[in-house]
Amino acid sequence: MKAIVNVYLKNGVLDPQGKAAHHALDSLGFNGVVEDVRIGKQIILKLSSSDEESAKVEVEKMCETLLANTVIEDYSIEIVK
Amino acid sequence: MKVSVLRFPGTNCELDTKYAFEKLGHSVEIIWHEDKSLPLDTKLVVVPGGFSYGDYLRSGSIARFAPIMKAVEEFANRGGYVLGICNGFQILTEIGLLEGALKRNNNLHFISKYQYLTVSNSDNTFLSGYNNDDVLNIPIAHADGNYYIDDEGYKSLEENNQILLRYCNKDGDRVVVNGSVSSIAGICNKNKNVFGLMPHPERAIETILGSMDGIKMLESFDR
Repeated sequence: MKAIVNVYLKNGVLDPQGKAAHHALDSLGFNGVVEDVRIGKQIILKLSSSDEESAKVEVEKMCETLLANTVIEDYSIEIVK
Repeated sequence: MKVSVLRFPGTNCELDTKYAFEKLGHSVEIIWHEDKSLPLDTKLVVVPGGFSYGDYLRSGSIARFAPIMKAVEEFANRGGYVLGICNGFQILTEIGLLEGALKRNNNLHFISKYQYLTVSNSDNTFLSGYNNDDVLNIPIAHADGNYYIDDEGYKSLEENNQILLRYCNKDGDRVVVNGSVSSIAGICNKNKNVFGLMPHPERAIETILGSMDGIKMLESFDR
């Protein structure tokens, strides 16, 4: 079983990388097509457990302690079998 | 005075920091991150600059779980002085001894240069050698120095005089250097015994280095 964790800056926290990529897309001719760009990171965890519920609880703890800095970042967890 | 300077894998300012405090007549011990306790006579803990754990995941996010950090937390909670410089500031925010967080610079560049700073609050041990609105010239060298705190947190920092240093020009007017909220370069905790700043005072201690403006900051702990 795998957990796919997506970590990204909270809404309202300026994302300098997203902004730079947005600017680059604009100058490549995609202006008007893209309204906003947010860049985050994806962390893929291979888990030994096969119980989805308990795995999700564990991964949430990992996000709160290490994987995300909840002062500036939000995260989402997807469990994949 | 005994100064304990921490060393993590990837720390690179510990020897400069040691040199600076020894020059001021203090005894300095470098403390390995796997140690579980600080020397008993420690008066000041410095979390120095560098790239602990390669800045992986987020700057400071892994170092903050090193065994020695538990001892540092206890030391700080007992009122001991802790100074975090650059990567040390990032580690102190990650562990929660200081509020807010340090994001990637808004221009995405690693910024390395001399930078003017203005003293926002000298009503604390750290900046007791300066006056409010003094302008200092001290080097910065970081990629993740863009200080963020939400509006509520910012208000509380201001009310408690926890904002110590801001980026400015040589006339003392605030400037945007890396995107920090309110041009913040350094803050302290509510109890005013834990200080974090992005600039490197240990690199501004001799005229040959271009500035001596950092000396009073390092001396202040001995008063």
